[in-house]
Amino acid sequence: MRHTISVQVENKFGVLSRVAGLFSGRGYNIESISVGETIDPKISVMTIVTSGENQIVEQINKQLNKLIDVIKVQDLFDVDHVEREMVLVKIAPPQEQKAEVLRLAEIFRGRVVDSSLKTYTIEITGDEKKIEAFLELVKPMGVKEFVRSGKIAIAREKTKS
Amino acid sequence: MKVSGAEIVVESLKKEGVTHIFGYPGGVVLNLFDYLYDAKDIKLLLTRHEQGATHMADGYARSTGRVGVALVTSGPGATNTVTGIATAAMDSIPIVVLTGQVPTMLIGNDAFQEADIVGITRPCTKYNYLVKNIDDLADTIREAFHIASTGRPGPVLIDLPRDISSGMANFNWPEKVQIRSYNPTVEGNRKMIEKAVEEISKSKKPVIIAGGGVILSGASEELKELAEFTQVPVTTTLMGIGSFPSTHHLSLGMPGMHGTYYANMAIQNSDLIVAIGMRFDDRVTGKISAFAPNATIVHIDIDPTSIRKNVHVDVPIVGDCKNVLKTLNQIVKAGKQPQWTEIRKSWLKQLDDWKELRPLCYKYSDTVIKPQYVIEKLYEATGGDAIITTEVGQNQMWAAQFFKFDKPRTFLSSGGLGTMGYGFPAAIGAQVANPGKTVIDIAGDGSIQMNIQELATAVIYELPVKVAILNNRYLGMVRQWQELFFKERYSHSHLNTVPDFVKVAEAYSAVGLRAEKPSEVEPVIREALKTNKTVFMDFVIDWKEKVFPMVPAGAAIDQMMFDDEEVPKKETKKLKAIK
Repeated sequence: MRHTISVQVENKFGVLSRVAGLFSGRGYNIESISVGETIDPKISVMTIVTSGENQIVEQINKQLNKLIDVIKVQDLFDVDHVEREMVLVKIAPPQEQKAEVLRLAEIFRGRVVDSSLKTYTIEITGDEKKIEAFLELVKPMGVKEFVRSGKIAIAREKTKS
Repeated sequence: MKVSGAEIVVESLKKEGVTHIFGYPGGVVLNLFDYLYDAKDIKLLLTRHEQGATHMADGYARSTGRVGVALVTSGPGATNTVTGIATAAMDSIPIVVLTGQVPTMLIGNDAFQEADIVGITRPCTKYNYLVKNIDDLADTIREAFHIASTGRPGPVLIDLPRDISSGMANFNWPEKVQIRSYNPTVEGNRKMIEKAVEEISKSKKPVIIAGGGVILSGASEELKELAEFTQVPVTTTLMGIGSFPSTHHLSLGMPGMHGTYYANMAIQNSDLIVAIGMRFDDRVTGKISAFAPNATIVHIDIDPTSIRKNVHVDVPIVGDCKNVLKTLNQIVKAGKQPQWTEIRKSWLKQLDDWKELRPLCYKYSDTVIKPQYVIEKLYEATGGDAIITTEVGQNQMWAAQFFKFDKPRTFLSSGGLGTMGYGFPAAIGAQVANPGKTVIDIAGDGSIQMNIQELATAVIYELPVKVAILNNRYLGMVRQWQELFFKERYSHSHLNTVPDFVKVAEAYSAVGLRAEKPSEVEPVIREALKTNKTVFMDFVIDWKEKVFPMVPAGAAIDQMMFDDEEVPKKETKKLKAIK
């Protein structure tokens, strides 16, 4: 099962390597990891996408909690949450497909963030499925490279208390 | 008033109650050593290798419960501590290792004697620090000791760049430590504890497996109270040896790969396992899928990651063993009282039958020294009143099987990492912490050579550590596996009779004694215990002797192998059952 785990950590030197080292040292999968500061500059949040059997994921959660610099671990598997990922795709479409690329970008509510004579760089934001659908569609149109941000996620606020 | 970083370090250590440091100097820690030169109330013991220093700090910690401290230089000094740190990490031993580092401005430049020791030790420390700002120094040391000694204890490393120890700052000792992200759970969940009590009352065939956590949390009394009150037999893992008296009628000795027949049978046939401060290591469980097939498992441990890591647990209790057992005992005593002796009668009878059927035993010989005989004689000569350390391999298993330990913190052994070369320096550390106490390292001829240089440390500081070398001219456990599983192809496990341990001891101004016949064993031990010096006892033992019972790797723990030569129990001259 895939789990998205949101980990609040002390924004300290070496924290990322402690977390990454935990995964590599114990042989856990890490599909993506993204890190950034939070409202409190002393705290960072890491969004980690991992997978494994239940017992493994339970261990991952516990092991993360055990790290001294980890303040809070939230497994979003059973939590209603919003997740987003960004991709930057550089495409060099043949002349006749240029319009189609732009049309697709529009359908996916993407933006052209850079263009040259031969290429467009398009930014798409969304959940994983949307990103993958877009990449699938533009693949035959001359994708030169793309960079994905890794997933970030946040729990939804409850509407009723 | 500003003081030097070196002064802050040493004065902070004193504030933490440190009286002894095991260390080795070098370029970037000279300021620290200079301050220690005439520091009062704190003594640095110069070792002969940094690995020795960490094991000494470890032995000091295991034998007392206090934090052990090592101080070494950067680069190779720091990397030499890694094995000692990993040993302490695997067995949850509180030590603080201070390493020197090149000046902050040179870090990352591949400077002379630079090593990224914080990076290197990240996976084998509980936590580690690189101090980059001298104003953080006192707080860092305070935190390090707090982290090392609380929760599930473990090693903490502090890397001190030269400009930090030579710099100047105000010394403000923080009275409190507050780490928002570190709050170990010490009190167990009461509902779960009640559930555990219910299981214990209900069980017909219970067994307690006590581990190192019982010793670390000082819960031996509580454990004894529980076992006696509810009449539950206790098996102690290698790390748990001493947490429950081996001579107690409810004791089953050690479980697992080289555990007793009756401990393993008890576990496999139990309907309830109460695991306390142990982590279901593979050496204890054998084949996981066949482990204790009919047992409900109650697991008490301060480390949540230990629970459900290897086995399924029905009643998980996260908390400090002592606290949890206290509450558990209260609830047991306050509740409905089954006729404890009555409901356990047939189970305890069954256990007695197993003890009778296959006690720990060996075949005594008049002509060649049996290692088990040496250990029995050590036990007799000391009356069990000794701290025993071991190396790793056959010596370790025989010591665990044939010496009897009635008190916690008297059996020091590298259980998790299995570090050859641990026992001798650990014995030195234990002797420093326990002057006047008999400290014996039960060693093999292979293991002792891994830190034999520490003879100098023992002799120079007049530490009367005794080393009993069970000399079979082999890496005995490797040889045993080769005999049993590799068609007697003894690839690179024969050590020959090199060196002459008596001469080695004498070369270091220690005492060297040798026994080559069974009749010489006792006199050698008596003489060693009489002298107030460091002694090497070289026992030339039967090289063919193996450790039994033995559960082959990957088998269930009731699939034990026994010695073919073992005589039926009635003919055994030495009957080793724990009564």
